[in-house]
Amino acid sequence: MKFVDEYRDRKAVDQVAEEIRRTVTRPWTIMEVCGGQTHTILKSGLEDLLPPEITLVHGPGCPVCVTPLELIDKAVAIALRPGAILCSFGDMLRVPGSTKSLFDAKAEGADVRVVYSPVDAVKVAREKPERQVVFFAVGFETTAPGNAMAVWQAAREGLENFSVLVAHVLVPPAIEAILSAPACRVQAFLAPGHVCTVVGFEQYEPIAQRYRVPIVVTGFEPLDLLEGTRMAVAQLESGRAEVENQYSRAVTRKGNRAAQKVVAEVFEAANRQWRGIGEIPGSGLRLRETYRRFDAEERFALTAAGAIESPECISGLVLQGLKKPFECPAFGTKCTPERPLGAPMVSSEGACAAYYLYGRHRHGRV
Amino acid sequence: MCLAIPGKITEITEDAEPALRRGKVDFAGVKKEVSLAFLPDAAIGDYVLVHAGFALNTVDEDEARKIFAHLEEMAELEEAAGDAP
Amino acid sequence: MDEFRLTCPVPLPAGDRILLAHGGGGKLTNQLIDSVFVPAFSNPALNARHDGAAVTVGSERLAFTTDSYVVRPLIFPGGNIGDLAVNGTVNDLAMCGAHPLYLSAAFILEEGLEMETLCTVVASMKKAADAAGVALVTGDTKVVDRGSADRMFVTTAGVGLIECGRTISPQAVEPGDALIVSGDLGAHGIAVLSVREGIEFESEIESDTAPLWEPVEALFAAGVEVHCLRDLTRGGLSSALNEIATARGVGIAIEETAIPVREAVRGACELLGLDPLYVANEGRFVAFVAARDAQRAVDVLRAVPVTRGAAVAGRVTADDPGVVVLESRIGGRRVVDMLSGEQLPRIC
Repeated sequence: MKFVDEYRDRKAVDQVAEEIRRTVTRPWTIMEVCGGQTHTILKSGLEDLLPPEITLVHGPGCPVCVTPLELIDKAVAIALRPGAILCSFGDMLRVPGSTKSLFDAKAEGADVRVVYSPVDAVKVAREKPERQVVFFAVGFETTAPGNAMAVWQAAREGLENFSVLVAHVLVPPAIEAILSAPACRVQAFLAPGHVCTVVGFEQYEPIAQRYRVPIVVTGFEPLDLLEGTRMAVAQLESGRAEVENQYSRAVTRKGNRAAQKVVAEVFEAANRQWRGIGEIPGSGLRLRETYRRFDAEERFALTAAGAIESPECISGLVLQGLKKPFECPAFGTKCTPERPLGAPMVSSEGACAAYYLYGRHRHGRV
Repeated sequence: MCLAIPGKITEITEDAEPALRRGKVDFAGVKKEVSLAFLPDAAIGDYVLVHAGFALNTVDEDEARKIFAHLEEMAELEEAAGDAP
Repeated sequence: MDEFRLTCPVPLPAGDRILLAHGGGGKLTNQLIDSVFVPAFSNPALNARHDGAAVTVGSERLAFTTDSYVVRPLIFPGGNIGDLAVNGTVNDLAMCGAHPLYLSAAFILEEGLEMETLCTVVASMKKAADAAGVALVTGDTKVVDRGSADRMFVTTAGVGLIECGRTISPQAVEPGDALIVSGDLGAHGIAVLSVREGIEFESEIESDTAPLWEPVEALFAAGVEVHCLRDLTRGGLSSALNEIATARGVGIAIEETAIPVREAVRGACELLGLDPLYVANEGRFVAFVAARDAQRAVDVLRAVPVTRGAAVAGRVTADDPGVVVLESRIGGRRVVDMLSGEQLPRIC
């Protein structure tokens, strides 16, 4: 596959890994923010190629993991309503709510449908005018434009039976929250490449300056991640703290203006709870007034019943890179993908599940 | 987050409303209809990154080549250094 | 066969109710079998836990197997529930080293099912039976109320004559054995997914459902020392390897670059965020053979049309018993675990 296979080439990967080994002189901790990046790192065993001085920690770039428990519960509540159709990306189906996941709801007879794209949910609404069709709009800035388009389209066609349960989150506020935590040990960031395809990387410049951390916009293939790491290490070793763009084949400084425009038309910034972390001001999106009639929380008048998290789950610490999954006492024992105590053990992008599935061999917890 | 895969545009369906511009994108033989709402200038033959049914950006082939040119250069330099007496 | 029924892996109640995940073919299915069925019926043939049972009748060794098919949609590119059913049972027999001879078929039909659909399925079954050289000699039909069955369920049972002198089973697998994959992976699962609502895409990928006795017989005829055979179905290559590694207490090492996947299947997997190792297959099996016979086995298989894509994908080791480890294309290593439920398309 073009623009994929070349970035998985063994020789190229070995060359960059060798360059990293030659450059590094002392230990560095680098956080990669995006769940998709975590997935590649663990699936390809990338850490085997890095020198021991480099520690990669996995950030909260996984909407599955950070979507607040209350919203999962609301999605489940909607799904269980007679006549409702709940459409969702596959990622969200298995995340446990306070008592059940969307999967469980489906097993109980709820009409829960996996879709690949938000437009598929709009299609369902168009084809089933007598049903309430709700789309679970999760994601970071990458997914926001598509979700915004779905709402815009529904408005244009007058599909009043369509609504969205909004759970959008933004990356820069999360990075700042991590950097301002007193125990923060992250020294550089690999910023999520596909988020930056949409929003560009201008907004990371003040963060790099204020906290004196290198931020490298990085892609998702093994070569991208190694090259991004190499660039971050080069900055760290020479005392620089800039924003650099490794993923230049897909990312420009200003991003995609057309996509940003649609997001701004439909959504506005809002405070958002991050599961395991807490509220981060201005870190989410909500529907603007003109589109508020498509908000599922308002339409279904859902109130947040007290959401119950497992007391043993340390997902907040894992998502902020303060602990690695195998440092959790419940990891692999009380908490496994079949019986997850928290969200990061559910999606294979979740740091805990990814470690469990791909990496526990390395850490002797087989 | 953010699984986005590069594919080649093989067909474009224009619409009076630019937001409804669509295309057929080929991913190694698998074709999917994709929204081109955010890429008003994308053309047939372009490679685009597709996420959840939306094309987010065109792949810049020159930028894509850069790292490989760099690696080739480095390999040549090393070989030369290795050959030097 | 239940490829893409969504399944639920979340907190397993201690024996309270059956969950969809119990039918997924992965961890929960095996737990159910271990905790309910095996203890209830326990006997040596059953306890061997292989795809089919090997039994002795007089002086003959027979293999006997059964399977139910609940696939949705009933008809998909390259096949339907009918040929899936015939080939599935024929292949379970072949995996025991048995020459498939006779099948039975029981149909549970939902009131309201189109007659045309039933006839299409039955015609496919006849065609598949002829291709496999088996006769469907007995059957049964039941009709249930609308809503009580998902249009059609088919259960087949089959009997065959074990022609291989050696016992073919996970217990015969030894460290050092070569692991051979009979062809490229994932076509069936992707073919079924391509027509699923909400995920549809265009591709030329068709299910590769096919009978597998011919290549198995060829291996025996060539004198290849075959230790174990397992056809790949739900849960993909990963499930089969994990089951065998666990059953025998050995490690299995596979190489990503050696696993054949055709381009279009890879394209679909990349697009939907799926891993080919976990995608359902039909018409594919893995063979564990003595190391010295590996090349010969591949040559023999490649001469048979249905296994022309055969390749050595890895080996059995004494390290990390029960664990399947993959060496990735870039030289890193990772564990290939068995999924607890079905893989779902993702955007993350």
